Amino acid sequence: MNILALPAALACPTPWDDASLPLLTARGLALQRGGRELCCPFELDVRAGQCVAILGRNGAGKTTLLHALAGLHGEGSALALSGEVRFGQRPAAHWPARQAARFRGLLPQRQPLPFAANVLETVLVGRHPHLGRWERESDADTAIAHAALAAVGLAGFDERDLRTLSGGERQRVTLAALLAQTPRLFLLDEPLNHLDLHHRIAVLELLAALAASGRGVAMVLHDLELAARYADTIVLLDGDGGVTVGPTAGVLTPQRLSHAFGHPLRRFEIEGRAVFLPE
Amino acid sequence: MKNTRRLRAHPLAVLALLALAALVLALSVGSIVVSPADIIVALFGSEGGTGATVVRELRLARALACFACGGLLALAGTLMQVLLRNPLADPYILGVSGGAAVGALAAIVLGLASPWMEAGALAGALAAMLTVFGLAHGDGSWTQTRLLLTGVIVAAGCGAAITLMLALAPAAQVQSMLFWLMGDASGANNPWPALAVLAVGLAAALPFGRDLNVLARGQLSARALGVDTRRLRRGLYVLASLFTAVAVTLLGTVGFVGLVVPHLVRLVLGNDQRILMPAAVLAGGALLSIADTLARTVLAPRQLPVGVLTVLIGVPVFLFLLARQARAGER
Repeated sequence: MNILALPAALACPTPWDDASLPLLTARGLALQRGGRELCCPFELDVRAGQCVAILGRNGAGKTTLLHALAGLHGEGSALALSGEVRFGQRPAAHWPARQAARFRGLLPQRQPLPFAANVLETVLVGRHPHLGRWERESDADTAIAHAALAAVGLAGFDERDLRTLSGGERQRVTLAALLAQTPRLFLLDEPLNHLDLHHRIAVLELLAALAASGRGVAMVLHDLELAARYADTIVLLDGDGGVTVGPTAGVLTPQRLSHAFGHPLRRFEIEGRAVFLPE
Repeated sequence: MKNTRRLRAHPLAVLALLALAALVLALSVGSIVVSPADIIVALFGSEGGTGATVVRELRLARALACFACGGLLALAGTLMQVLLRNPLADPYILGVSGGAAVGALAAIVLGLASPWMEAGALAGALAAMLTVFGLAHGDGSWTQTRLLLTGVIVAAGCGAAITLMLALAPAAQVQSMLFWLMGDASGANNPWPALAVLAVGLAAALPFGRDLNVLARGQLSARALGVDTRRLRRGLYVLASLFTAVAVTLLGTVGFVGLVVPHLVRLVLGNDQRILMPAAVLAGGALLSIADTLARTVLAPRQLPVGVLTVLIGVPVFLFLLARQARAGER
């Protein structure tokens, strides 16, 4: 899978004429769970063309934050959320669920699979918000699903049972389902899970191509070097409620990272690329 | 795509034919054998031969009751497995059947006969359904685990009450209590309300087939794809419980159909709920009709409880399909 250009079939049908208007806006967003502060109030804009990485140690609240940005924080859970998330000009909570699903897509960290399913029907699930109650998936939807599978290097896997795939292949099927959803805003929770070296880079190149084509990307990552290489904005959670948001070079400093991850590390530069080594 | 759609519509036609054949068999076989031609005369004509009378007044109601009960249980099982996202869920797992059994058995202990027994079963089933819903819903979270645990606990409580009643009831009544618990079609004489519930319920559930496919992939994904999981899951719970309550009221707690028919159909047709739901109704109805035909003919004139025959037929069929799928998986 070598992504240079995105297939036309995966173009986003939601127009976005006003490039100055952020796709996603968080204003004074703060999260608390069970009395513990996950994020102090902070501001974040995700514009078309932008690629944001959310970093932080285990349990710092990265997934919770991503769900809150998607407008999908848990119903009735112990999570207290203040501030506002907007998609475009409207608060996320005011978007009708189906319309929101055509605007923003979420790649969850875990994909439970209680029943057997094949690859093509799994990817077609991503077409759900585009289909009316009485519609069935059309040939056009199947073409989109095939384009999405080709984009993640799984062309020809249509009939394979998901349970016979490797972890990395399953992760790419999930990504293909998200591509088939054709959202304008991509929110991804550890999209590189289970992927080998080649596919990590390929998936990040794909996401960069999506951003370049006018989509917005925000993702939870664990790899500092790849975040430094692909993200233009970093959201760094320190696990005690502190949030740092800013351009990549300004946030990914040894001091901030050492504090956030609770482990001293040093920054080196090799051929113009940042490398972080733990002490 | 067109091609696969045709291939998928085909099994539904096969199942419909199978269901029809099962019903014809149920109408024709017995102490008096009625030919299919005579069945048509009996159903649509007004002639009054012995065969026609037997078909019209004895066998038709019973065959349709079995079909409705099997269809309702299989559909309830399909919905329950998606609701709990657990392939081991069955319509009885959340205590509806336990409540029904307590109601029906209490009526038998009190010496009440039909229609009080049915009324007791329905009241018990609805009471259990509301109890589980109210308790699971308590803090508004309505989570999977909470729902499952509440249902299982209520079912366990009902189980204890059933055992107690069996232990204390006079010997003369224990026989009919046991038959009710195993599922017994000999008293079924009015299948029409159940058939109506089945038809309306299936029609109500079918438009949500794709939503169910999405829900089966997890609640978070479903919400991200624009499904109102809260309302969908409530609707699923109410529909599945209602189907179970009606089925159990009709024939008693027929086991196995609700758990295994959805699986059986899934093994053959895959997991698209839009196909799975009608297929489960047809297969469940056919299975129970065939089982009841055997139940009243194998040891005639003795009648066996249909629930026992259902299991005796279902187990080998299921094991065969499972083995076939395992071999196909190896290739």
